[in-house]
Amino acid sequence: MSTDLVGHFGKFGGRFVPEALVSALDELAQAHQSAQEDPDFQFELMELHRTYTGRPSIITEAHRFSAYAGGARIFLKREDLNHTGSHKINNVLGQALITKRMGKKRIIAETGAGQHGVASATAAALLGLECVVYMGEEDTKRQALNVARMKLLGAEVIPVTTGSRTLKDAINEAMRDWVTNVETTHYLLGTVAGPDPFPTMVRDFHRIIGDEARAQILELTGRLPDAVLACVGGGSNAIGIFSAFIGDKSVRLIGLEAGGEGLDSGKHAATLVGGTPGVLHGTRTYVLQDEDGQTKESHSISAGLDYPGVGPEHAYLYESGRAEYRAITDKEAMEAFALLSKSEGIIPAIETAHALAGAIKVGKELGERANFLINLSGRGDKDVQTAANYFGIPL
Amino acid sequence: MNLLGQSFEIAREENRALLIGYLTAGFPNMERCKSAIKAMIDGGVDLIEVGFPYSDPVMDGPVIQQASEIALANGVGAKEVFEIVASSTVPTLVMSYWNPIEKFGVDAFAQELRDAGGCGVITPDLTIEESQDWIKATQDSKLDRVYVVAPSTRDARLSKVTSNCSGFIYAASLMGVTGTRSALSGAAESLVMRIREVSKTPVAVGLGVSNGQQASEIAKYADGVIVGSAFIKLLLENGDEQEANRSLTALSQELSEAVRR
Ligand SMILES: Cc1ncc(COP(=O)(O)O)c(C=O)c1O
Repeated sequence: MSTDLVGHFGKFGGRFVPEALVSALDELAQAHQSAQEDPDFQFELMELHRTYTGRPSIITEAHRFSAYAGGARIFLKREDLNHTGSHKINNVLGQALITKRMGKKRIIAETGAGQHGVASATAAALLGLECVVYMGEEDTKRQALNVARMKLLGAEVIPVTTGSRTLKDAINEAMRDWVTNVETTHYLLGTVAGPDPFPTMVRDFHRIIGDEARAQILELTGRLPDAVLACVGGGSNAIGIFSAFIGDKSVRLIGLEAGGEGLDSGKHAATLVGGTPGVLHGTRTYVLQDEDGQTKESHSISAGLDYPGVGPEHAYLYESGRAEYRAITDKEAMEAFALLSKSEGIIPAIETAHALAGAIKVGKELGERANFLINLSGRGDKDVQTAANYFGIPL
Repeated sequence: MNLLGQSFEIAREENRALLIGYLTAGFPNMERCKSAIKAMIDGGVDLIEVGFPYSDPVMDGPVIQQASEIALANGVGAKEVFEIVASSTVPTLVMSYWNPIEKFGVDAFAQELRDAGGCGVITPDLTIEESQDWIKATQDSKLDRVYVVAPSTRDARLSKVTSNCSGFIYAASLMGVTGTRSALSGAAESLVMRIREVSKTPVAVGLGVSNGQQASEIAKYADGVIVGSAFIKLLLENGDEQEANRSLTALSQELSEAVRR
């Protein structure tokens, strides 16, 4: 949906930020708008995607995995094949070009799984920008391999030791850096959360996923899919693929959140399904919070979904009913992770495995006549250690 | 004229700036928070700002972050914030990030704060664009509404934000988060001058102010000086209530003399 002047999606979105950041957000909104309308910018970004990211990404039909999902036809949009291994690069290259357009030379980023940090460090190396990545100390341990990757790419990684030491606290620390260095620095936010214009801008850079996939699946099957599924952390890969189908009323849009140890356990990161409306990190959206409005810690086996907020456009799609959201437990996600690996020879990211687990459930409900499109948002290389531990494979 | 207005008026007549002291509610615990506020007032603090501790304080540096974590671990919520406000013997405001206010209920928060004797609220992450409900609630309960402006705030926006402030305007002395700084940036004075062009509301300067020398410099051009982290640091460094409170009173005295022109 289009936003109003101050970036609202219905009652969600907007800007809840220190006044110190308002002029930088105005400047960013303007730079994004003018870039959208500038054919030279669009050409430069598309050339980078063609010659560097490896776009368009293909779609793969998952013939054998289909048996686990009630026999439904399943198509995977292969964002895992992008350079750096996930959808994150789409947004990062776009924002990195905008950074140059604004004449800034330093980017900062937050990261949970490390995928957005790696993508940011990659773009910084490619375009000659200085890069600092904030990462919760807890996540630097869970995703040690990605920390090393970022360092190899020339980025500085700062472990964040406040609060729950995960993604939420990395965002807090990045915001503090930004308030201090906003003259020279662009905050390259990695998902569709945060104050306006981030939810809109990040969505626009990921919309390419849905635009490509819609054309690909029409060409392949001659019809629209019955459902489009994606995992939802902050919600960027999901909004990227949903955007192209929002106008197609026959297509169900299904977001899969991290149910952790189960909604009843309180240990989860299912913000829409298990949270309430509130304000977090500069935007009004759904939040996991207590009765005093304090943010609760989220829990997920997947670092990339372990976030107690969600993008405001998802909050809007949830309340309006256009999209539906479900929670997938750690256990269900890991089962789907193993099934895809063994049935298709594709090891997905654990984040992505939540979407696959969703397809297994919905497939059983809809049966073999259904066609699904799943955003395969990332590959599982970074998760090999976690998965080996989970399945008891000695390293 | 309301309480805050009167306080600034008196200070002007006495040819000095107002001294505003910040403390996180329920830090180090409820009783010591009350006695610390008393110690600050004994030393000459004119106005108290009670911080509502929040889990994600993006405008705060390590010192106030630590105080907030301790207060939250003590179970501090809105009820405790009101209790601290009610215990203060000078005009008292609350400083709060937006989510705890919204969660409590915007109208209820304003009304209960008023009932507890509070005179205003500073909202560091609430933009004017998102303020409709808040403006109405504060008008209904006659609370002053203080927004923070920064050196990066452009002129057109400065008049928009300041025209919605009452009581005083909070001018951030620098681009950054709360915390003590050894030197002040030159940005504060030019920001205050730019505010004077568009508003007659008193201006108080905060962020990074920690000693008498800095306070006296600011008092030359601003109507109020806000000190927070420096007080909290004293409480973090000293576990003994009596000793810590003596040092709070001493710092307040130093600052209070410094703000005389
Ligand atoms: C592969 C992958 N998928 C999904 C996500 C979740 O982010 P979002 O919901 O913004 O797509 C991440 C985040 O790190 C990720 O690495």
